[in-house]
Amino acid sequence: MSAEEALKATYPGDELTFSQFRDNRRVVVPAGKLFEILAFLKNEQHFDMLSEITAVDYLEYEGAKDRFGVVYVLVNTKTGERLILKTHVNDPEPLLPSVYSLWKSADWLEREVYDMFGIRFSGHPDLRRILTPDEFTAYPLRKDYPLKGRGERHNFPVITRAES
Amino acid sequence: MPFEVSDLAELDAPDKEYLWTLNFGPQHPATHTTLRLVLTLDGETVVNAVPHIGYLHSGFEKLGEHLDFNQYVTIVDRMNYISPLHNEISWHHAVEKLLGIELTPRCKYLRTILAELMRIQDHLLNTGTCALDLGGFTAFLYFFRQRELIYDIVETASGQRFHTSYTRVGGVAFDVNNAWVDKVRSFVKGFAAVHDEVHRLLTRNRIFIERVKGIGYLSTEDAINMGVTGPLARASGVLRDLRKDEPYLAYPDLDFKVIASKDGDCYARYLVRMQEMLESIKIIEQCIENIPEGPVNVDAGSKAVIPAKPAVYRSIEGLIQHFEVMMPNRGFPTPKEEIYAATESPNGELGYYIVGDGSPRSYRARTRPPSYIHFATFPHIIKNHQLSDVVAVLGSLNIIAAELDR
Repeated sequence: MSAEEALKATYPGDELTFSQFRDNRRVVVPAGKLFEILAFLKNEQHFDMLSEITAVDYLEYEGAKDRFGVVYVLVNTKTGERLILKTHVNDPEPLLPSVYSLWKSADWLEREVYDMFGIRFSGHPDLRRILTPDEFTAYPLRKDYPLKGRGERHNFPVITRAES
Repeated sequence: MPFEVSDLAELDAPDKEYLWTLNFGPQHPATHTTLRLVLTLDGETVVNAVPHIGYLHSGFEKLGEHLDFNQYVTIVDRMNYISPLHNEISWHHAVEKLLGIELTPRCKYLRTILAELMRIQDHLLNTGTCALDLGGFTAFLYFFRQRELIYDIVETASGQRFHTSYTRVGGVAFDVNNAWVDKVRSFVKGFAAVHDEVHRLLTRNRIFIERVKGIGYLSTEDAINMGVTGPLARASGVLRDLRKDEPYLAYPDLDFKVIASKDGDCYARYLVRMQEMLESIKIIEQCIENIPEGPVNVDAGSKAVIPAKPAVYRSIEGLIQHFEVMMPNRGFPTPKEEIYAATESPNGELGYYIVGDGSPRSYRARTRPPSYIHFATFPHIIKNHQLSDVVAVLGSLNIIAAELDR
């Protein structure tokens, strides 16, 4: 039984959307069921490696209904198959459950998504900015972030010699 | 950045007054680029390590949303300054998958040879500098000389030694000639002797073994759980190689082995890398003898390819197509779809997640950098080691700061 069929059988009432493009097998799940489905895929379907978490800001995307899409790429190291799982979150408070308890690789990947998109992960042990400075307030990979960083750099605090 | 109390939460020592904090890098010679590690030390034992990254963060992914698929090549090769051409091959692999382009046989073989040369180049520098940091200067010199020969091969093919920008959507910038084939042949012929020499210098060297054996142990379960890929994962016993698992380019036709070890320490990683270089040589030998004739770019009628310069200068069709591909408001049609495609880079799984929105630019160009995932394991594997082991572990992880930060 493939992972898709198992998901269909286990979560019959939920709105799971399955699709395929080239060799990518994809499933879109509702954000409320995300952790449960990921735990199911890890424990029952042997997707033991979380290879990637990333996000897409659909602000200017034609025909998009939701603001953010968060993408999880799962790998089964026994068979080598991949499954790409996607969920949607919206403003004003984009929040998802952290999957750190399932895969430790989620640690830095979730921090990066938080740093770049402002999507928070509840239950993450140490959700801090990772690529930008701590005093940075914006989320650079959002589509409404100005390309030249206008209005951002000017707000950096000035450190005097006495304070440093 | 001040040291945060939360970083110490894991410590169960009743009185932490005697622990002291050491900033390792960004300027330490063993952190080959700008890496900063905040180490908490108990005497010389590392109790905790907190990596701070972000010094080289230059917004490459944001740039990818404003450059078209051919222009972004100049950015991706700056992500990995050890084996730049592999990133280009990887990026265009993902783009061609999005567009549904099947490469010509000659281009597949050509890219495979270049990808394997880059793998050798990466492993050469990595094993060389690892030995250098642990006091072995000669091995580094021997290997760097071999890197120079690869630079020369790459220069003959593309005109550039380093940031080549050689690949294009649907092919490469220009074909190679016989002189190039001869250069690759002579490199392959001479490499085994140098490899053997370094093998004899390091592999049974008492000093080297004492510094790397049993250091930085990563178990199979941890390697899988932490998302580790590439030589690191294979040294921990994870039999995963995208060249076999998800064959791309010419790899299905070729005969080569996946090197793995069970030990999971720095020595195993060194041995896996050394052995992988010989496998790469085997792949290049097979490719260079069987490289098919024919065009390197896909059919120009597909509208996705930049035409060759003579066609642009001497025919109106070529000129029109060049204009169509190059102008910012034109370009070739792309599907409104999303794709994740990965290749086995020298460091591990290098993937791209591309969102197409119908325009010739990617709506989102995400890189899945192997170094980033690998460096996250560092605090885990360095615990309870000596301060001097930090250098050995850093060397064996092969951290590329530009790929780490993007």
